[in-house]
Amino acid sequence: MPFKVMLPTAFTRHTEGQKQFASTASDLSSLLTEINTTFPALGTQIKDEDGKLRRFINVYVNDEDIRFLGGEGYAFQDGDEVMLIPSIAGGC
Amino acid sequence: MEYSCTAYELKCNECGKRFGNRPLSGCPDCLAPLEVVYDLDSARGEFTRESIAAGPANIWRYARLLPIPEGFQPDLPVGFTPLVRARNLGKRIGAVNLYVKNDAVCFPTLSFKDRVVSVALANAQKFGFTTVGCSSTGNLANSVAAQAARLGIKACILVPADLEPAKILNTLVYGARLIRVDGNYDHVNRLCTLIADEYNWGLVNVNLRPYYAEGSKTVGFEIAEQLGWRLPDNVVVPMAGGSLIRKIRKAFRELVYLGLVEDKPVKFFGAQATGCSPISVAVKNGADFIEPQRPNTIARSLAIGNPADGPAAAKMIRGDGGWAEDVSDVEIVSGIQELAETEGIFTETAGGVTTAVTARLYAHGRIRPDETTVVCITGNGLKTTDALAGHYPASRAIRPRLADFDAYLKELDGAVPELELALAGGAHAL
Repeated sequence: MPFKVMLPTAFTRHTEGQKQFASTASDLSSLLTEINTTFPALGTQIKDEDGKLRRFINVYVNDEDIRFLGGEGYAFQDGDEVMLIPSIAGGC
Repeated sequence: MEYSCTAYELKCNECGKRFGNRPLSGCPDCLAPLEVVYDLDSARGEFTRESIAAGPANIWRYARLLPIPEGFQPDLPVGFTPLVRARNLGKRIGAVNLYVKNDAVCFPTLSFKDRVVSVALANAQKFGFTTVGCSSTGNLANSVAAQAARLGIKACILVPADLEPAKILNTLVYGARLIRVDGNYDHVNRLCTLIADEYNWGLVNVNLRPYYAEGSKTVGFEIAEQLGWRLPDNVVVPMAGGSLIRKIRKAFRELVYLGLVEDKPVKFFGAQATGCSPISVAVKNGADFIEPQRPNTIARSLAIGNPADGPAAAKMIRGDGGWAEDVSDVEIVSGIQELAETEGIFTETAGGVTTAVTARLYAHGRIRPDETTVVCITGNGLKTTDALAGHYPASRAIRPRLADFDAYLKELDGAVPELELALAGGAHAL
């Protein structure tokens, strides 16, 4: 079940300039494992000391925050578009 | 696209790495938000009560502690809004030493966003951007559009599609390009981070965010100066992204460090709408993370469901012994009316949130009646009149005759005693 993972420019120094790649990971945890294997430097950057995704990174699936879709329990679907984006605030 | 300067530079909050001055909001290594840090000791003797008093009656009197590039000539008289004693509101909610910091009349676009935008655009010019923009819930859109027009820079502004019509009009009138996005603010914000990645634009609350956010400190500087160079006991601040409340505290700490005010404990109280209360919930639960929410409130200028400064704001509020509260949409409207009826200040929905939360903080004993408390009103009611739709039905017109006027007045006055009689009768029956 391939789906697309898209990365911001800030991450591409760890992916030899690649801004997107295809994955067949079943969920967020296995996607992180896959990134660890494919792009070890990126894996190191996006995880904290405990191996968890850093809290400054938001994961979106088809425009929706993955936390609204069940977070780590969400099973990626065929054709999903997954984005990893550093969080930034604004407004008020 | 960077500049060096000895007075200030960007620093990562988490890992401490420094980055000089460039359009960058997050640490490339640990991805945490960047913040502007100053060589405060070099400001000693230069940033004094006297030097400030000799400056202009606007935020530029504090330029020494703002990230303003050398040679920048301030153009607009932004800020230095009134700090008014709120005796009438105080009587109603049980407060003796209550003040309102009234940014509903901030120049040029009637919200506190004028402060942050002027600092951001000073840097946008220095970095050489010819197009600026923002993701906005309205007030920021208005301010970027107006100030970009004045500076002759192109503006492209992104907003949630369902924004109040007045805020859309107040952006378009300045000739800015406005793009309505089918989604909520968090969707707009995410799109803007992608735009900042692809376009060479200065987005004030994305790649210029560290500079932009520093403009909020001027609220804190002004409060201290207008209180006669002393700090209040409490400050009540509306929270959307969670930035303003932290920057007011930063301003106070800088004033203490440089000896302009005496050190004392200040408690910070955050105000949100229940329909979008991720920071308030984190404070109440003692959580060090933010659980994102899907906003559903009339206080659209506070409707950020996933505030990146939220964890830091929640931690700071608790650390100083403060608290956060959230109020319903009905209470927000009552808050707007209460502030208008008691102090003659017409605020937008965010100000209704802040006023209603303030009342609750006194009612719950979180703030004691005699403590000096400043309520930050950040926007103008003329921009969110939709929130009051139906509350003031149009009255019938009368003929231009004194007799008609006299009769109509009696009719209006007559309505009140009848109501009181009914109530009194009801009370007797009990």
